[in-house]
Amino acid sequence: MNDRALNVIGLALVGVVGAAFLILTPRFAELDAVLELTVFMIMAILALSLALVWGYGGILCFGQSAFFGLGAYTYAIAMFNIGESTGPLLLAIGLPAAFAALLGYFMFYGRISDVYLGVITLTVTLILFNSVNSTAGPEFHIGVARLGGFNGIPGIPPLNIPGNKAAPVDLEGMFYLATASLLATYFGLRWLLASRFGRIIVGIRENERRAELLGYDPRVYKLATFTVGGALAGFAGCLFANWGAFVSPTIFGLAQSAQIIIWVIVGGRGTLIGPIVGCIGIQWLTTALGANQPSGSDWMTNLMANAPFILGIILVAFVLLVPRGLVPTLGDIGHWLLRLRARPAAPSLKPKQAEEG
Amino acid sequence: MAVPLLETRDLTMHFGGVRAVHNVNFTLAEGELRCLIGPNGAGKSTFFKMLTGQLEPSHGRVLFRGRDISHAHAHEIARLGIGIKTQVPNVFDGLSVRENIWLAASRIHSVRHANGVVDEMLARIGLIPAADRLVGQLAHGQRQWVELGIVLSTDPVLILLDEPAAGMTHEEVQKTAELVREINRTKALIVVEHDMQFIRMIAKQVTVFNQGRVLVEDAVEDILRNPLVRDIYLGKQAAA
Repeated sequence: MNDRALNVIGLALVGVVGAAFLILTPRFAELDAVLELTVFMIMAILALSLALVWGYGGILCFGQSAFFGLGAYTYAIAMFNIGESTGPLLLAIGLPAAFAALLGYFMFYGRISDVYLGVITLTVTLILFNSVNSTAGPEFHIGVARLGGFNGIPGIPPLNIPGNKAAPVDLEGMFYLATASLLATYFGLRWLLASRFGRIIVGIRENERRAELLGYDPRVYKLATFTVGGALAGFAGCLFANWGAFVSPTIFGLAQSAQIIIWVIVGGRGTLIGPIVGCIGIQWLTTALGANQPSGSDWMTNLMANAPFILGIILVAFVLLVPRGLVPTLGDIGHWLLRLRARPAAPSLKPKQAEEG
Repeated sequence: MAVPLLETRDLTMHFGGVRAVHNVNFTLAEGELRCLIGPNGAGKSTFFKMLTGQLEPSHGRVLFRGRDISHAHAHEIARLGIGIKTQVPNVFDGLSVRENIWLAASRIHSVRHANGVVDEMLARIGLIPAADRLVGQLAHGQRQWVELGIVLSTDPVLILLDEPAAGMTHEEVQKTAELVREINRTKALIVVEHDMQFIRMIAKQVTVFNQGRVLVEDAVEDILRNPLVRDIYLGKQAAA
């Protein structure tokens, strides 16, 4: 019962903080800060997609970037061909979802075990990277959209108000859209995980054999989870292509796919807020480190400007020292403190009950 | 003659050159309680795994109410009404006792109805005080009870129990025997057990496995007097 109350408080807190952030940021922050926060929000949606697939579904997906990239490319290509953004947006969600469903079908119905699942998904995203990377020539085009190979696709038209081509979403609008989408995704996933479906996928993660012996088909549930994850990543990809008006094959690359996993590890598997915190924290750090210009002789400044090096140290530190991630560990400490405060008072009143509690 | 609840015909499982189960013909009537005994490695657990779809037989067939389930998936067999409590408690260790039972109950009940069923089951297995604890933190005996609760909550027609009394105290064994008899009022059971006292408490008909084959099948008193059974099973214990 206490847990339920904490749960409601947590939800309300996220709602209030999220809404305040959504409304207040554009009023008080500079435009470049708003621009940067927008991409953090978009990446946090991507982090949530893996939080669902890996953290709750127990599916070790090392290639979540495949669906992210597909979403971005699908939006870009469809946008050049169609011009009005409603269709491209839906395609950017539907195509990655369909691709995830197809890939998931072969993996789950082929009974591929965890480690190989990681290898296959990573390979898929690297194959996409190499394929798209080598489409630089003018002969590679879909409709009027040139794929551009390693140069990427520049000048992607922005989303517009549905049905009205003449009303594109501006930079501030993009912030509102990305933040609102993140909040909607968060609450949507909370709802999904509290539903029968969500509880069953967690059961399957905990003990697949037991779930099977109870009459649940794990393949169906994993496939559905993986597909939803693909759709969410595709949606994030669509927003990302909008944000920079640009997409290039590095979106499928190793660095991108590794980053998503790091966000989830640092923030904490088995939570939703954790990967959001991990994602925003790490991105903020990356940006801050990138601002340090290496200035010749001073080795310390040089070191601090080496973002991958610092991030590597952070990842290793987390895996070794905080293996469960930031949010679950903080939660444990919080519970421990609460109990510590509750204990001295309780025994003097009702010793028996205090022991049971 | 009525169709038996469960029937195996020449059921065989080979692992490489090892015959874990060989040409087993076994019949169980509706509502029957049968005990399976036999030394370690006699093939009892392998037999259970084939009945529940966890292993696909090398040869032979498994018929459940006349329907061939030899090649069915584990979840399909579970849906037909066969539940199993495995030898090592097979539960959701990372979830609470309540959630464990709920996951089982919600397979056959609507979400709203399932909560009521969960409360009833928690009372029945005596775990209301532990309802919100993680199953992984419970003692071995309690985890056995959780698994029993899980199996019962899916309301199966046939329940397979693999060593339900293992690692239990004398009182717990008696409580388990009582529960088994109670379950048998409405459901068929096959119980694998080593504890002869427990067998005496519950059994009528006993099947003895040895080296992957059915050695003998008889009423419990006759089995306990059978010199052949003594040799392979009880005799070994007496000698040791």
